[in-house]
Amino acid sequence: MSQLIIDNLHVEVESDAGAKEILRGVNLTVDTGQTHAIMGPNGSGKSTLAYALAGHPAYTVTAGTVTLDGEDVLAMSVDERARAGLFLAMQYPVEVPGVSVSNFLRSAVTAVRGEAPALRGWLKEMRGAMANLSVDPSFAERSVNEGFSGGERKRHEILQMELLNPRFAVLDETDSGLDVDALKVVSDGVNRVRAGGEVGVVLITHTTRLLRQIPVEFVHVMWQGRIVAEGGPGLADEIEANGYEQFTGATV
Amino acid sequence: MGEVSMSSLRSYDLADFPIPTGREEVWRFAPRKALKPLLEDVGSDGHLEWETTLAGLELRAIDADEARARAASAPVDRISALAAAHSGQAMLLEVPADTNHPEPLLIDLRGTGREPVVWGQLLIEVGRGAKATVVVRHTGTAQYAGNISVVVHDGGSCEFVSIQNWSDDSVHAGHIATRVGRDARLRSVVVTLGGEAVRLVQTVDYSGPGGDVDVRGLYFADAGQRFEHRSFVDHAQPHCRSNVVFKGALQGEGARSVWVGDVLIQPTAVGTQTYEINRNLLLDDGARADSVPNLEILTGDVVGAGHASTTGRFDEEQVFYLRSRGITEQEARRLVVLGFFADVLDGIDVPMIRSELMRAVEAELGYVHEAEH
Ligand SMILES: Nc1ncnc2c1ncn2[C@@H]1O[C@H](COP(=O)(O)OP(=O)(O)O)[C@@H](O)[C@H]1O
Ligand SMILES: [Mg+2]
Repeated sequence: MSQLIIDNLHVEVESDAGAKEILRGVNLTVDTGQTHAIMGPNGSGKSTLAYALAGHPAYTVTAGTVTLDGEDVLAMSVDERARAGLFLAMQYPVEVPGVSVSNFLRSAVTAVRGEAPALRGWLKEMRGAMANLSVDPSFAERSVNEGFSGGERKRHEILQMELLNPRFAVLDETDSGLDVDALKVVSDGVNRVRAGGEVGVVLITHTTRLLRQIPVEFVHVMWQGRIVAEGGPGLADEIEANGYEQFTGATV
Repeated sequence: MGEVSMSSLRSYDLADFPIPTGREEVWRFAPRKALKPLLEDVGSDGHLEWETTLAGLELRAIDADEARARAASAPVDRISALAAAHSGQAMLLEVPADTNHPEPLLIDLRGTGREPVVWGQLLIEVGRGAKATVVVRHTGTAQYAGNISVVVHDGGSCEFVSIQNWSDDSVHAGHIATRVGRDARLRSVVVTLGGEAVRLVQTVDYSGPGGDVDVRGLYFADAGQRFEHRSFVDHAQPHCRSNVVFKGALQGEGARSVWVGDVLIQPTAVGTQTYEINRNLLLDDGARADSVPNLEILTGDVVGAGHASTTGRFDEEQVFYLRSRGITEQEARRLVVLGFFADVLDGIDVPMIRSELMRAVEAELGYVHEAEH
């Protein structure tokens, strides 16, 4: 088993008005095999947590620690974190013109696995993974995310997750912009990876839609850069019924 | 949509092209100091070293009169007029009608030093219905004014690549004159990677309807390098097509590029289809790219005509995205820059040349392949 421990994480961003603290002491421990949900209204800091874990340069950690099996994640570069087994499915994946999906996936898999996969087996693996996510084979030759619809981008993120097989995956609003069918395809993908039992998953969402497709054991509510409530799956049902007011009201 | 900036004057008469002052529209971006020796009316016996791989064909020397008769166009400016006047003889590569040359015909031109100045003229002629790929590579050290003429006769098809990969103290200017006949096709790619100053003016003319021309360019300017590319597509024939794509990357203090793309659609050129685009990627501060598309339409009957120009900074979000998948920063930058150039590189049909150019771009980025560590 592996363990990701986020302890008292404080994160700032640079804004026109100077540095602004977004995360104000986040604590979260995830074991492989577990699935957590982080819920919270828009602007509460969920994506900031995801980006800070991935090492995005716009987010500065001012206090706290993140460790993966005792190793200091914050000391690692962006790509070292990925090679250590962290994966972030982004809310808004960017376009990379002129870089084909197949070239990108092969480069990523080569980097994370530490060696280039043999060509024959690789093509089969990639095509299989694409078929599983109902991604048309023609996408292999398209530029990364260029001209992809919102739903196609999300499927492409999960495709990467399946191929890179991370130890810890953070999925930021992977359900947003998906119709019912696409939501099923994407959550089936996540559930396939989870079934391996060797990944810890953090689902970031502000609705309960995804949680009806992917069973979670732990629910955390984020508000104003802190986790203000924690519980089991029942907490998500409560939020569904009563909204966030009970938590946001309590802390203001 | 502006008027074309190039004068339509084409002439062998030096009197038509006085020494530029820098105020002229066509010279206002030019590195005139570096180009000075190429603007002076002084003969020279300097020459480049030639090495060719021509699959049974051969280069032959022709005299100035024959060169004039065969050239795609008369000179466009003082430097090209001087090159025509002082090169004496010209070298001609003739691809016989109805022959097919899938293997690239290679012409390597190598400079052996800055002195003396070299004047040169190369003519390529692809016969009726013939098909050929011609690659001209410029390397070494020189101060060189060279004209290249590419004529594709009716129904012929030519892929033409000119690579400028000179040493850092080289200066190169010249005219790439291209002309296609009825239903002929030309795909040209001009690649400028090395030299202190390189200034190339490409003209495209059509001598019959149905001509189809791609004008592509790729440049990578480092600190102190000044590269200028101009293209002038003169649509004077009906139902022809042109597509101009120039992509440039710049990095380092004083790296400078200029692209001016002129497209003129004459009243006679009904049914024209044309598009031109220039994109510049600034890899750091201190570099500057000028980009000027001009499109002048003198007929009411065009199929399509448009242009675009962008100059933007390197997108660190793209690098972050790739790195978040485990790809190293150096590899991510390589992927992004090669991706930026993809639509020019992918248009090069010769795999050997394509991979050579990819390697050259990687070298500009300081990229070292794993296997070479
Ligand atoms: N790069 C950034 N620059 C400036 N402000 C940011 C940046 N990222 C997030 N913020 C601000 O931080 C707060 C939390 O945003 P975010 O983490 O995106 O919330 P959530 O994902 O929960 O909707 C918001 O007020 C947002 O405007
Ligand atoms: Mg968000």
